[in-house]
Order: sequence, then structure tokens, then C-alpha cells
Amino acid sequence: MEITRRDILSVGGKLLMIASVGATFEQITGAKPPPDSYRMASHWWGMIIDIDKCIGCGNCVHACSNENQVPKDYFRTWVERYEVPEGYVNPRVSSPQGAIDGFPPSKQTSLKSFFVPKLCNQCADSPCVQVCPVGATFVSPDGVVLVDQDYCLGCRYCVQACPYGCRYLHPETETVDKCTLCYHRITQGLTTACCENCPTGARQLVDFKNPNDPVHEFLRNNKVAVLKPNMATGAKVYYKNLDGSVR
Amino acid sequence: MQKFIRDSGHLIRPAIVLLAGLGLFMVIRAAVVPKGFGQYGHYRPGALAAIRQHPVAYAGQGACVLCHDEEGKVRASGKHAHVACETCHGPLAKHADDPGANIPKLPTVATLCVRCHEKDTAKPKTFPQVVSTEHSGGMACNQCHKPHNPQL
Repeated sequence: MEITRRDILSVGGKLLMIASVGATFEQITGAKPPPDSYRMASHWWGMIIDIDKCIGCGNCVHACSNENQVPKDYFRTWVERYEVPEGYVNPRVSSPQGAIDGFPPSKQTSLKSFFVPKLCNQCADSPCVQVCPVGATFVSPDGVVLVDQDYCLGCRYCVQACPYGCRYLHPETETVDKCTLCYHRITQGLTTACCENCPTGARQLVDFKNPNDPVHEFLRNNKVAVLKPNMATGAKVYYKNLDGSVR
Repeated sequence: MQKFIRDSGHLIRPAIVLLAGLGLFMVIRAAVVPKGFGQYGHYRPGALAAIRQHPVAYAGQGACVLCHDEEGKVRASGKHAHVACETCHGPLAKHADDPGANIPKLPTVATLCVRCHEKDTAKPKTFPQVVSTEHSGGMACNQCHKPHNPQL
């Protein structure tokens, strides 16, 4: 094949165009660094909880309370102790003060017994968001269900709509309050207060959009479940080895 | 044209009222709807920034070992390697910001250790548990065990 001058000009011209586009793109992105290094579009937050590791110490509840100034007797996260007789008939569920100081030792020895930490499931299709009449509660672009304290009317629709009982009306502000997945922490590279203080690593903050996050291996290798899957809430808190008696 | 205005004259006044009403609606809407509403969805994007302003109480593991690297090394070699400093010592972001002004108190051993290690049938079988009254006979845990690396 003979290379003519026309060919050289044609190919060279195309290469020059591609290179100049690349250079311009480089200049645009290079000249204006984003003012904030946190990009909401590159995260999709959730949590994984290993039931077999939870010891019911309540350090998560304690830490959450300290971090977020949760009012006394209200809980953004709590731990339940299940005591299940054979055949799932009437499991006994206890959570003294949300387990903020742990549990008194159980007297039962013959029952199946385990702890279940609970928190907002950060649903992708959240019923609480759907019922808000003023757009005060919403799913953020990085997948966290949040409440706009300046916009909330305190009508409590969302408190009733949440199938997991994760919302409450703050007694002082009279607006709805809930787990923010420590949004102020995770957006600056820290983990949540509950995960930071879990001594056994039973709960772990995860980012589904990060390909290197251990969540992908966790979901592939374990038997996992979300709470109330029949409600199709798109819950993003995954429990490993969750017992069928847990509601 | 004359005929058109004469015939449709009765429509002009309602049209003016309608347009004025529409204009008023637009003005009120612009004044009431917050800036950027609907940028990401049916909510105020300013709420995201407001929530991020919340102060941090727990500085995090990384901040502690920057100064307390000796304790960090001792703990990392033992069974408490994955227990964060602030789990026992409390929220200390203020101490991390200004080490001199906010001296943390030592935790109370009597309530600290049993919180995790008191025997309970609901706890995983592999987790070290004791019935504290039988185990130590009232002695403080740290008379035998070192909390940072709990060997005897």
C-alpha cells in the first residue's frame, strides 16, 4: 500500500483534533479544581452487620448518643436481644434503654439467643421520603436518608411510615430526627461513630460504589438478609446470618 | 380589527386579571422557594451542607496514634488490636484538636470491662466471657490484666 500525501494530511489532521480536544479537557479540569474533594456521585453508602460478632456491649449506642447529641431516652441506633424458643413462637425481645449501657446477663439458658443491632436502613426507595409533604426528608445523591431540620414541619408522617421504627420527634426542636449515617463524618473520610467504636467489628460502614470495598466480597461469600424485604424499601443495611425470627 | 376588539372586549379584562394573577404567583414562588430547590431532587440542597457542619466528637483511631504511638503499638500486638481508643476512653475530638486543654479522664475499670466481657448466653461462644463476681472476687480487672494488651 502506498501512503500518499493526502493520507498523511488526513490522519495527521484527525490526530491533531483528538490531541487538541484532550488538551482542552485537561486545561478545563486542571484549571478549576473542585472546591470540595468529596464527590457525592462517587459514593453509595450502606452498612453490613455481622450478627455472629455482636456482643451486645452497647458501645455503638453510647457512641451515637455522644456524637449526635441524641436526647435522653431516644435512640438513632439500638441493640435488641432476641431469646427465641423452638419454632419461633413468641421470641422475647429486650432492649433496656436501647442497650446504651449493655445488657444485664440473661437468665435464660435453654433458648436460642443473640443480639441484633438496629439503625436506619438507609432505604433507596424509602417510605419515609415518599410521605413527606414538604420535601424535608430525602435520599441524598450518595444514598443517605436525611432530614432538613429547617424545613421539617414536625407532622410525624415519616415517623409512622418507617417500617423499622428508626425516626422520632426531637423533644426540643420538635422536628424529626434520625440516623444520618454520621453524614458529617463519612463526608470527611471518617467512619460512623458506631462503626468506629464497635469493639468486635460487627458493624461496618460500606460504600457500594467503591470497587475495592469489602462489601462486595461480604455479599458474595455470606448468607445475608435485609430487614423486612417484603416491604421493598431497598434497605442498604445487610445482616449476616440473620435469624428468621427477627422483625 | 375594530370589529374584533368590539366583539371580544368582554375577554380582555379577565385576561388581564389572569395575567396579573400569574405574575403574582411567579413573584411569590420565586420569593418562597429556596435557592437550588430541586437541584438533586425534591428537597433543598443547602440541607446537605448544613448537616455536614455538625461537629465531630470522636476523632477516630488515626488521630490518636499520631501522638500516642507507644500505646498504639502495645494494643496492636494484643487481642484488643481492633478496639478503638475512644471506645474505652470516650469521645476525644476536642482533645485531638487541643491536647493541652482537654485532658481525658481514665475510664472506670469496674464498669468498663464487664460491659463487653460479662457472661451472657446471647454472646458468641468464641468471645471471652466471665461471670465477674466469681472470676475476680471483687478485684479490679486491671490488677491482673493490662487493658491495652490483656495478657495475664
